[in-house]
Amino acid sequence: MMDMMLQVLAPELLILIAAMTLLVGDTFWGHRYKALTFQLTLVSIALTALVILASFSTTSVQLFNGAFIRDGVADVLKLSMLFMTFFAFLFARDYLVQRNIERGEYYVLGLLSLLGMMVLASSYDMVTLFMGLEIMSLALYAMIAMQKDSGFAIESAMKYFVLGAMATGLLLYGMTLVYGNVGSLQLATIYQTLATTEESLVLSLGLVFILVGLAFKFGAAPFHNWVPDVYHGSPTGITLFLSSAPKIAAFALMFRLLIEGLEAALMQWQSILIILAILSLVVGNVIAIAQTNLKRMLAYSTISHMGFILLGFLTGNVGGYAAAMFYVVIYALMSLGGFAVIVALSRKGFEADNIADLAGLGKRNPVLALTMLVIVLSMAGIPPFVGFYAKLVVLTEVVEAGLTWLAVFAVVMSVIGAYYYLRVIKVMYFDQPAEENAHNADFANASLRYGLILVATLVLMLGILPDGLLTLFNDVMMY
Amino acid sequence: MGVEKFLFYVFVLIAVFASLGVIGSRNPVRSALFLVLAFVATAGVWLLLQAEFLGIVLILVYVGAVMVLFLFVIMMLDINLTPLKEGFARYLPIGIVVALVVLAEMAMVLNPTFFGLQNFPSPVALAVTDSNTKMLGQLLFTEYLFAFELAAVLLLLSIVAAIVLTLRRRHQSEALYQDVGVQVRVQASDRLTMVKMAPTVKANAPEQGAE
Repeated sequence: MMDMMLQVLAPELLILIAAMTLLVGDTFWGHRYKALTFQLTLVSIALTALVILASFSTTSVQLFNGAFIRDGVADVLKLSMLFMTFFAFLFARDYLVQRNIERGEYYVLGLLSLLGMMVLASSYDMVTLFMGLEIMSLALYAMIAMQKDSGFAIESAMKYFVLGAMATGLLLYGMTLVYGNVGSLQLATIYQTLATTEESLVLSLGLVFILVGLAFKFGAAPFHNWVPDVYHGSPTGITLFLSSAPKIAAFALMFRLLIEGLEAALMQWQSILIILAILSLVVGNVIAIAQTNLKRMLAYSTISHMGFILLGFLTGNVGGYAAAMFYVVIYALMSLGGFAVIVALSRKGFEADNIADLAGLGKRNPVLALTMLVIVLSMAGIPPFVGFYAKLVVLTEVVEAGLTWLAVFAVVMSVIGAYYYLRVIKVMYFDQPAEENAHNADFANASLRYGLILVATLVLMLGILPDGLLTLFNDVMMY
Repeated sequence: MGVEKFLFYVFVLIAVFASLGVIGSRNPVRSALFLVLAFVATAGVWLLLQAEFLGIVLILVYVGAVMVLFLFVIMMLDINLTPLKEGFARYLPIGIVVALVVLAEMAMVLNPTFFGLQNFPSPVALAVTDSNTKMLGQLLFTEYLFAFELAAVLLLLSIVAAIVLTLRRRHQSEALYQDVGVQVRVQASDRLTMVKMAPTVKANAPEQGAE
């Protein structure tokens, strides 16, 4: 029994042990070996990924009376979270060192946030879900506020904290109503009870609160107002982290709560999700056109991508959920690349976060410009890049669910959105650089260079050969 | 049943009165004290609901610790409340309308038709020997063990986060900086310089003025 528990829990335990060790260890070696904590963090993340790969679940195992589940979905989500976090730490290091944010505690907070996400992916009752969410969010708030000399960072941390706390409160209120209605916290029991009982108003009330809380966490319109401010105000190295792995965790939260717990109430939440998706697509794509700041533009683009993920959810079938999972992982990858380009262009005392700062990048640094080109085209959904394929699978499922008008609407919105993505490319290749930027476009370090090339290659390769990943996602959804 | 019902109404009335006092009184210290009263009354209601552990914890933690801290903060900060209360009369009408709409909405949903006893039967009363504390403890360390451990991680995380955000390592150059370790380790030779001098020194004759 004990052996089995340790084996199932190994990924979480490894991350927790790494965080504890680094928390204590860094106070001893922090002054002498500055890079050691960073290196050990990366090693522990890689090790955890290897452990998951070695014991990849083909069946589902529950622990702690059904509070914790380890199944294929959890493993796939955890692997993608680990991947994103690994590269987010790797890409951001120099940026954070330059701004005096990089301290041992940064990695401890990052690892604990990762732990929260992994718990979210594996939770099978509402208490675990809530604890995972809180561990993840609390660490993120603190990570943003670590840049104490920046008013923007503090402001964005405050906004994120206050709105995040409110969203958590709404979510929790919804959970208590569902608990009051069903009498159990376990998602499996909730699922069974709802399948056999008729719908009640108390449940609907709880559902509305849960959906509002989820929409907040996702950053779906009309609960999106924090996204641009937080993405813009946070240090770019942390926005990089914020926009990748936590989105996968938000997917996990929605999947566990809405699909594994409340799927029987599909008729009730489907229409709400349709409205959220439509608003997100409109707000994300239209307002992004007016942005001059690259970080804000990417934030609005996030909102529109979240609309696509909601489209996958509202189909109400396994294929749709797999498509949404595919989309969120691909989105996290592209977002990681997009913000990493900003990090690569920034240097001490200068943030390359305006679209105009990219001017002439095609001549100044062809490799970086090509990477950005691949990522932006993929975000716009242009073949052969993987962003196209992700949109395609989601839309196919939407059409199959009989919501053709919604798919057409999403395509129209994507076409509108393509404008601001293409503008980035135009600025990079056809505009003259401003005087002070003319001579700075060399990569800060090799890890950023090769990491970005890897991300761009992945975006291209997965676009050409998406079948393996998609089949895997479909398989784990089927159990 | 009669006594319980009577006590319930007493506690509830005190709670409502105290809550009105929290938002109604002009003095923030009084507001905080009213909040304490509201907590105590709510703890009484919880005791009536056979949740004695929660009732006691409410008094110990919220009244004993959180509110005392809160009072300290209010007294220390000396907030000027007049700017906060500006425009109260101006916004009052729309405030009342919004409050009434919310009240009507809540009354439409949160009424006995949906939340009544026929939908949610009242739980069976516990035996006199059943201890809340024991039952909670047993549940916490068996069924909810995982969540309990996660709560421990969450607490540790908040400690780390709070220290990271507030600890400022001061540098030698900053004023008011004291390094206690250096102060303790100091030797007499660091501060005093012994100078060898002859026991008597001949005073230099002062130079004569022009007079």
